[in-house]
Amino acid sequence: MSSPEVATATAEAAVLPTTPAAAEPPRKDKPRSLWTDAWYELRRKPLFVISAIMITIFVLMAAFPSLFSSVSPNAADLNKSLTPPDFGAWFQFGKGGQFGYDLQGADIYSRTIYGARASIVVGLSAVLGNMLLGGFFGILSGYLGGWTDSLLARFGDIFLGLPFVLGALVILSTFAPVQSSPSAVRITTLVIVTFIMLGWPSFARIMRAAVLSTKQLDFVHAAQALGARPGRIIFRHVLPNAVAPMVVVGTITLGAYIGAEATLSFLGVGLRQPVVSWGIMIGDSRQYMEAAPYMMAFPAAFLAIAVLSFVMLGDAVRDALDPKLR
Amino acid sequence: MSEVILEVRDLVKHFPIRQGILFKRTIGQIKAVDGVSLDLHKGETLGIVGESGCGKSTLAKLLMNLEKPTSGEVRYQGRDVLRLNPADQRRLRRNIQLVMQDPYTSLNPRMTVGDIVGEPYEIHPEVAPKGERRRKVQELLDVVGLNPEHINRYPHQFSGGQRQRIGIARALALKPEVIVCDEPVSALDVSIQAQVMNLLDQLQTDFNLSYIFIAHDLSVVRHIADRVGVMYLGKMVEVGTDDDIYVRPTHPYTQALLSAVPVPDPTARQRKAVIRLEGDVPSPANPPSGCRFRTRCWKAQEICSVEEPLLQIRPTSGHPSACHFAQERDVVHAAG
Repeated sequence: MSSPEVATATAEAAVLPTTPAAAEPPRKDKPRSLWTDAWYELRRKPLFVISAIMITIFVLMAAFPSLFSSVSPNAADLNKSLTPPDFGAWFQFGKGGQFGYDLQGADIYSRTIYGARASIVVGLSAVLGNMLLGGFFGILSGYLGGWTDSLLARFGDIFLGLPFVLGALVILSTFAPVQSSPSAVRITTLVIVTFIMLGWPSFARIMRAAVLSTKQLDFVHAAQALGARPGRIIFRHVLPNAVAPMVVVGTITLGAYIGAEATLSFLGVGLRQPVVSWGIMIGDSRQYMEAAPYMMAFPAAFLAIAVLSFVMLGDAVRDALDPKLR
Repeated sequence: MSEVILEVRDLVKHFPIRQGILFKRTIGQIKAVDGVSLDLHKGETLGIVGESGCGKSTLAKLLMNLEKPTSGEVRYQGRDVLRLNPADQRRLRRNIQLVMQDPYTSLNPRMTVGDIVGEPYEIHPEVAPKGERRRKVQELLDVVGLNPEHINRYPHQFSGGQRQRIGIARALALKPEVIVCDEPVSALDVSIQAQVMNLLDQLQTDFNLSYIFIAHDLSVVRHIADRVGVMYLGKMVEVGTDDDIYVRPTHPYTQALLSAVPVPDPTARQRKAVIRLEGDVPSPANPPSGCRFRTRCWKAQEICSVEEPLLQIRPTSGHPSACHFAQERDVVHAAG
């Protein structure tokens, strides 16, 4: 859990300030929490650095797509329908057609860039919502226990019992039938709500388990012995020590949700026009696989890299936060 | 002797054993603490010894009001702690504090030392105004022998002994009168044990504290305690001053415990009586009838299984001893 070398090194440096502390750069008495330690650990991991860079690029794409492409994703020129990629354009600014054109003659490169936004927004909001809702119920059932716990567990089991894709298909096709064309905001919200509805019980379970083991630790008893009220015990003592597993699962799930969003869009029940998303693009391409493989190849590659980055980030964060590995 | 500050009368804690998946039935009781009475005087140290599972730590939790007793009373300065309203209980908590066994789990790893030691002031804001808290925390760190500059460090940057000092500083913050020490040194190295015990000793003189000192190490208790109580299977079997217990033990269990203490002097070791107990400690869910120690006692007779010996002064024992056949026997200096 602790890093004894570091502790002794700083202690020695404090006692003997004259000794040449060349090996250890003078870090003075800077407070180092477990999160800071985790950060030091993470910075040295190539896996983390690579996935963090990739995720930064994707987030930039989602926030400012015009930084990457000057062509509108919805501008279609039927003259250019199914034009293959122009590899010569890859290194020329202001020229479209790097990844070719789709059936409607829209620029695939531009659509792929703009598609990042839907994936990131859906993934992030769904995971944050899951963490809040699942975390809340997890703390409630873990800390209170008793019949509250049993009731919440059974209630969560109802949602966990539904297979994810089937549940999502049922919910989405009920509230946004396949042939309808809801507004971009409405369908995005609907997809996020669906993910949260089907996902919160697993987050609640993780949180409950973490709270159950944390609330039995001695420092929680010490706080109780001091006369601390439940609110202080939960927010100062239990929550900060129980949140790590959920953060890790959240990061990994984010990747999974980006993939799930694409799956649902491919099936025609998730995001749809006018939203631009990788899933929609892959769905559109399925009849032209042989004639225009690039229609699928590029969005699929972006999707795979995005999912992989988040899963790798989750793995790295788990290793850094897991006290047993230190 | 000085006034009694903490009185415990017939304290009982039974944990139900439950079985069943949906409908839980109570099929038995673990009798963790079964009728313990003790008095703590102002400024004294009462040591409590016993082997693992005899109910020492449950007793500490009951005294701290962290567990609700099945029955019995804990009176602090004459007032029954368990029947106070919540506001009074919170105020009372300021006067009884706890030092825990494991310095690695008793400090929140996500809080700085300053936050940990200063937390009592946040819970009881009436004790110290906000502006003074940091200075008070630094004073406390200085009192327990830590560098006040380290206020912003985290627990994992300290060694076990230093962490235990942080735990002691936290217990001292509210200027309590009673500190319950639940095996405060058993997780530490021997050399560090001595330092922490000397610190506790020093603090007792400085702040006129009363300690309830729970331990399984007899020599540690002898070093610090004025009076000692010996527990076996949830009951107190013998109580007395440390000379009563260590030189003139009358209960066979105490004698057996003392004979197991390692003696550093090889010549003295040869003269020492060795009492080997047979068998295991019986299950606290189903303790033996009458005297609880009779199943392992070499003196056991018919009466021991019928009549429970009371903890009282007997013709053959100058201090309270719960044995029908209490008999003085100096185990440590046996042949001497």
